[in-house]
Amino acid sequence: MGIPVSYYLVLSAIMFVIGILGVLLRRNALVTFMSLEMMFNAANLIFVTFAAYYRVLTGQIFVFFVMTVAAAEVAVGLALMVAIFRTKHSIDLDQMSSLKG
Amino acid sequence: MTIMQIIFLITASVTLFAALMVVSTRKMMHAAMWLILVLFGVTITFALLETRFFAIVQLVIYIGAIAILIIFAVMLTRRSMNADVPQVNRNWWLVMVSSLALFVGLVTVMSVWEGFFVTARTAPPGGENLVQLGTALVDPNGFVLPFEVASLVLLAAMVGAIYVAAERKEK
Repeated sequence: MGIPVSYYLVLSAIMFVIGILGVLLRRNALVTFMSLEMMFNAANLIFVTFAAYYRVLTGQIFVFFVMTVAAAEVAVGLALMVAIFRTKHSIDLDQMSSLKG
Repeated sequence: MTIMQIIFLITASVTLFAALMVVSTRKMMHAAMWLILVLFGVTITFALLETRFFAIVQLVIYIGAIAILIIFAVMLTRRSMNADVPQVNRNWWLVMVSSLALFVGLVTVMSVWEGFFVTARTAPPGGENLVQLGTALVDPNGFVLPFEVASLVLLAAMVGAIYVAAERKEK
């Protein structure tokens, strides 16, 4: 007896929801970023689970592209964070309201 | 309970505890450290699925690159937020209710699927077929276009990150 699929799926679902909690609850932009990474990971986990289950290539390749986009997103996002910190000396999301209409 | 299930449950509980700590801890550096633990837990889960290649890729890209980048950003934005002020938004109960509803919805949808309680199939012995994966990425009938677009995205992100973060002299 191995591990049921449900274990992987529920682990991924809980991780995703914790990531959503972090994004919606926290006011710190960097912690929001880390929660985003957690959500990417939860999605990757479910992709890999199903790719291994159905023995298909497409799922694995999609994980590849998710990782690529995550790396690009982190690079740009953290650069933005540093630039915002340099001008406003804070990364509190509530204070980043200069673009508010 | 087999030995594999016990390993999985220990890994899962450590991962989820670390994930909760990422969301709830007040110090950003601690959050980054807990995030590394989360990423490592996912790596072990990939290894349990016997997808060796993705376990290694997860280790190298996420822990080796992304986590280090986040730690650098944490260090560059020191004393950016007072740890004593409230860390959460005002409408936290609304967030709690909606994410709980999302979780219940997710699990309900997934449990309808007939394979939900079936034993998970791991990757074939010897891991994924890397030759197949590699040829599919450069095959004109496969994924060569997304592959090239992904490289373009990475290049654009690199140029953009340097442009945004570079210190500019006042004119």
